[in-house]
Formats: sequence, structure tokens, C-alpha cells
Amino acid sequence: MAYLDHAATTPMLPEAVAAMTAELVKVGNPSSLHGSGRKARRVVEEARETIAAAVCAKPMDVVFTSGGTEANNLAIKGLFWARKKENPKFKRVLISAIEHHAVLDPVLWLGEHENAEVEILQVSENGILDPQTLRESIAKNPEDVALISVMWANNEVGTIQPIAELSEIANDFKIPFHSDAVQAMAYLPIDLSKVNVTALTITGHKVGGPQGVGALIVKSDINLEPISHGGGQERDVRSGTLDAPAISGFASAVSVLVSQRERRSLRIKGLRDEAIKRIKEVVPEAVVNGDLENRLPGNVHISFPGCEGDALLMLLDAHGVECSTGSACSAGIPQPSHVLLAMGRDERTAKSSLRFSLGHSSTIDDIDELITALPPVVERAKRASTKARITK
Amino acid sequence: MKKNNSVVVAMSGGVDSSVAAARLVDEGYQVTGVHLALSKEKTVSGTKGCCTLDDARDARRVADRLGIPFYVWDLSERFQEDVMQNFLDEYAQGRTPNPCMRCNEKIKFQAVLERSIELGFDAVATGHWAKIVNSPQGPLLYRSEDDAKDQSYVLSVLNQEQLAKTMLPLAGSTKPELRKEAQARGLITAFKPDSHDICFIPDGDTAKFLHKHLGNKKGNIVDVETNEVLGEHDGIFEFTIGQRKGLGLTVPREDGAARYVVSTDVATNTVMVGLPSFLRVEVVTGTNLIWCGPILDSPFDCGAQVRAHSDRVPATAFHQDGNLTVEFKEPLQALAAGQTIALYDQDRVICSATVVSTNRS
Repeated sequence: MAYLDHAATTPMLPEAVAAMTAELVKVGNPSSLHGSGRKARRVVEEARETIAAAVCAKPMDVVFTSGGTEANNLAIKGLFWARKKENPKFKRVLISAIEHHAVLDPVLWLGEHENAEVEILQVSENGILDPQTLRESIAKNPEDVALISVMWANNEVGTIQPIAELSEIANDFKIPFHSDAVQAMAYLPIDLSKVNVTALTITGHKVGGPQGVGALIVKSDINLEPISHGGGQERDVRSGTLDAPAISGFASAVSVLVSQRERRSLRIKGLRDEAIKRIKEVVPEAVVNGDLENRLPGNVHISFPGCEGDALLMLLDAHGVECSTGSACSAGIPQPSHVLLAMGRDERTAKSSLRFSLGHSSTIDDIDELITALPPVVERAKRASTKARITK
Repeated sequence: MKKNNSVVVAMSGGVDSSVAAARLVDEGYQVTGVHLALSKEKTVSGTKGCCTLDDARDARRVADRLGIPFYVWDLSERFQEDVMQNFLDEYAQGRTPNPCMRCNEKIKFQAVLERSIELGFDAVATGHWAKIVNSPQGPLLYRSEDDAKDQSYVLSVLNQEQLAKTMLPLAGSTKPELRKEAQARGLITAFKPDSHDICFIPDGDTAKFLHKHLGNKKGNIVDVETNEVLGEHDGIFEFTIGQRKGLGLTVPREDGAARYVVSTDVATNTVMVGLPSFLRVEVVTGTNLIWCGPILDSPFDCGAQVRAHSDRVPATAFHQDGNLTVEFKEPLQALAAGQTIALYDQDRVICSATVVSTNRS
């Protein structure tokens, strides 16, 4: 079997499994005042320090959440409401056209329910937001922008955004800048002391930690309206009992990751380039989407002209090769990816694409399996697709 | 069909297709479950239709349980064009279509079957109640053991080429047996109610659906004998041949006899009403003749069925150049253009055709 869907979720590192299971067998609510509570709290606080150090932030900046989606919602809605409270004139929300649904949808929700004016900033055909585009959008009225959100690296095509420049522009106008870095965290250096990112989203299961835990890194002097209310944990912006075992596993993965990031990224990038080269050898008409330079090391995103992505996925699945079409909805009906459409692809091209994503456990054997399975699968999918068009 | 062949099972999320999939797994086939998404709208509740999120989940859970791969195939565009739009067009033309048969003909046993074969599968299986028997003359289609559930009529649009790549694992069972089996297998669909309605009209109100899409079109209700205008209507598609209730007529016949809808006329937008004798049909002609088995010499004697669960009536059939004429030995009551007529030799389906005209019209 070849697991080539690390961008969806990547296997837990053994260190993370050990750290998490060690905590699972203990009792103690980190908010309790007795000995067991203090022990659990210590685990959480040490994890907080580890994660803060990994992104050059202060421990107090780390707000644990249930994952990336919750952290994004907290950043988007929390910042918007806090800004609005500060001054009702703040109403514009600027995001890139290739955000994950966990950013796009809360922003659209604010547009529908909270009178936010949503502006979606167009990207290049490689999927990169030009800082000039952001500058022009802000310039329309620098006084009314509530917040800006641009992802660090895209989940589908893997393009890396010029976050330093973008966040600097936001800082020039004193506008809060949020970045979803769930895909970037495992592979790219993130140093919050050097960029003007107000709030950063990261998540456990994309870095070799467990699912169901994530964090929003947001400076403690930034006003954030809570989106869920309760016991007042996490400096009152994210109530709920802290999940000490998961948080411990998350931090353990992060610390392993940081010590190995450079070496690992280089190795994965080597595999990726090999994969792209060999895919183009066996399927010459295959087209790589996204930017070849500013790209996550593990991302291979390919359009197969004349094929349907979901047919390819199914046939590869039957050969034990696991990948993704990059987008799914709750009923499982494939929709053309808004990311590819934003990059100027037509609907048919968007639907003909597959994402193969490599990660820490990937080996050359995975690439071999893919390359063996791919040519007959593409031929078959092409025939099925032609037939579907003729009989229609 | 050989063992270890690969089969796509169309899983609606109902008990029938669940058990169909389970039986094929037991028999050693390589089974892949496919749920057909026929509507882009996310309908969450309501168990009557066959394309809700609930149903997709049920199908997925059965596939989990059976340990088979499961995918959702989006056929919403083709369904919209080939089934829903056709349904509206047919009604607008004053005919009475059967959308489930159209779906079998164009979606399940055409689009899905062809896609499956092209993707490398050997056959498509469904949870329909009928039986396919292989013979020296090719595959033959028979009625189900459970006559109350029989669906051979709605499958009578399949030709032998399609039947050769179709599997119906429920042949030979009755519905109560099937439910018991589903329960024994621990399938969550075991006690799910049967669906009866048209899946894209989950509330069952066809007239409302037609009004929504075709609008109101006022016309007259006329006595077929005297041409006297008896009332008004909002659209002829509201009426079915043989309908007695809901005509809203205020002028009774002098003899007090009940009036029935005997025909509709699209050109003049008129509904004709009259005595039941006007509903008697002795002869029909049909087009779109499909042979479910070998072609028989014309004429031949047969049993004719004109609705999903109506009785078969003795008849003689004549055919030439893909057109069919059927003479009933005893007249039938109420039959509309657009309906399908299926002809049987005992329990075997010979052929089907779409009714174009009857001797009244």
C-alpha cells in the first residue's frame, strides 16, 4: 500500500504516541487545584512552552483548541468581533481566493450574519497572492479593514505565500493579520518574532501529533472575542477542559519535528521531485499545478487531461494507492476545487486533478507503487470519461 | 458471472440493495458499493426519497460493515436532464411518464453500467426484485418470487446486452425473509421503511411539483359527448386518465352518473370527461420497443401489464420495425400515452414499449 495523503493527515510519530499514552492513563483536570490537577497542568504548560518555542512566540500566546478549524474560527470571528467592538467602522475582511474552507466559510458567514464586507483577493495562476493586490485592496479604504487572513501554504497545490511581505503591509496599516499554517508547520521554518502575524493556526495531526488538538498562537495583548463560553480556560477565549494527553502528544510531535525539519523537508522534496519527474515520464500529458519553487516539499498536484479525478482516485484506491482529489463535501459529491478555479483552471481541468502528498513516513517504494499503478489507471479513466461524454 | 469477478452494487441506502451487496460479498465477488447522488441539493431529513444525506450515510455504514470500498458517484446532471426534465416535458405534452423506469433505462443501467464496465468492473448489481436466468438464447428476465414486490415491470426497459452485465441477487427471496436476513447480518437498514414515492418529489404531491415547474395553465373541462364546458382547470398535467375525484365539477349529469377523465388534449389545453365506457381500451400502439429476450415472430399471445403493480391481461401483440400493437382480449380501463406496456410469457418478460396511442385517442 502507498499512503500518499499526508496533507489530509500524517501518521503519528512514535514519540507522540508514547507521550500521549503516558498521559491517557493518568487522572487529573489541568484546572483542578490538587496534586493530580497540578500534574496535568504541568504537562499542558510544558507543552505550551514547547509549541511557543517552536514558532518563536511566548507561552502565553498559545491558545489550545480542538484543531485547525476551531483555531481558524476563533481567529476570524474573534478578531472581527473584537475589532468591531473597538470601532464599528471596521467591517472589511480580506482573504485570498485559495483559503481552506475553515477560513473561507467563517468569513462568508460573517458576511451573511454580521454585515462583514468580504473581499476575496485574486491569486496568480500558480496560486500566489501578489502583495500588491493586498496593498491595493487595503488602499481602497485603510480605515475600514477589520482583518486580513492569508494561509501560509496552500493545502491543495502547496504554494507558499509571501507571508513576511503580506503581514508587513498589514502592519503598516495596523490591521490584524491571521495566517492558517496547518500545512506549513511541519515543513517550513515559522518565526513569529520576524513576521507581523497577529494570529497563527497550527494543528496536531498534520505534524505527526494526534487528531483533535490544535492551537491558535495569538499575542496575549490582542483582543479576541471568545466564540464559545464556559469555564474560562485559555485566558477566557477558549473555554473547555484541556485535553492534556492530546496536547502532550501534539507538543512531542512539534519538538521532534523542529529538530528534524530541515533534513526531513529536504528528503521529502527529493522524493517529490522524483515523483513529478516519473509521473510525467509515464503520463506525458500530465500537468503539474502550482508553483514549482514556492511549494511545500511534499506536494504533488497533477491534472490528468481527459480523466475524472474521482474515477482515478477510485481505481488507484483499488491498487492500494491512496490520494485525494483535494476537495470533498459532506455528501461526498465532488465539487470542482475553488482553489484551482481561482488559479484560472476551467471546471473540467479542476475535476481532472489529484493531490499526492508525501510526509515523514514516505519512501521511494511509495513512488514506485504509484508509478506502476498510474498508467493503466489513467488509460482506463480516460476511456470511461470519453464514454460518458459520448453517451450523454 | 464468474466468482471473483468485480461488481458494482448500486447502494441506495435501503434494505434491498444492502442485502444484495452482502450476498455478493458472501459469494466471493469483489464488490464495490456505489451510492448515486442524483440531486445536488443537500436534503438531510426525510427517509422517503433515495438521495438524502441520511441514505448516503446508511449505504456507507452498510459498506463499512461489509468491508467493501464505497464511493458516491455524482449523476445529478444526467439525472436532471434525462429523468427530471424528461418527466416535466412528458407531462407538458399531456403524457404520463414513469420516472423510475426512465432512471433505470438512462441512469442505473446505462450511465452507471457503462461507467462501471469502462472502469474495469464486470457487472452492476442492484436490489431490484426480479430474476435474470441465463439460457442458450442469452439472459432472460423473469418476475420475482415475491409477486407483491415484483419489479420486473420497471426493469422491462433493459435489453439483453444490459441484462448480460446485470446481477439481481434478491431473486428467489421474499421481502420478509430479506428483512430477517438483514437483521441477522446486523445491517442498520434492516427496518428501514420501503420507499414508494418518486425520489425527487419526497412529499408525494406530484401536482404541486408540476405546478411549481410548469406553472398554471388554465383551460376547460369539457363533456366528451356534448362538448359542453363543465368547468375549468389549472393545468392538464393535474389529471390522470381514469381520475374521478377532484374534478371540481358543479354541473351533475342528468342521470347522476359519475364522470371520469377520459382524455386530455394539449393543443387545446382541454380535459375531456365522460362515462367509464369511454375509458375502455381494446388496442394500443407503442414505440421504443425493447426486447428483454429473443425477438418473437409477430403476432404472439402474451400477458400485458401497463402499471408497476397492475395485473397482467391476456393480449395478442403485433410488431413491425420497432413499433408494437397490442390487442387486449378483454378491454382495459384507463391507459394513458407515455405509460410503458410490458409483455410477458407466463413469468418471463418478453419486451416493453412506450404507449403512443390507444383506440380511444
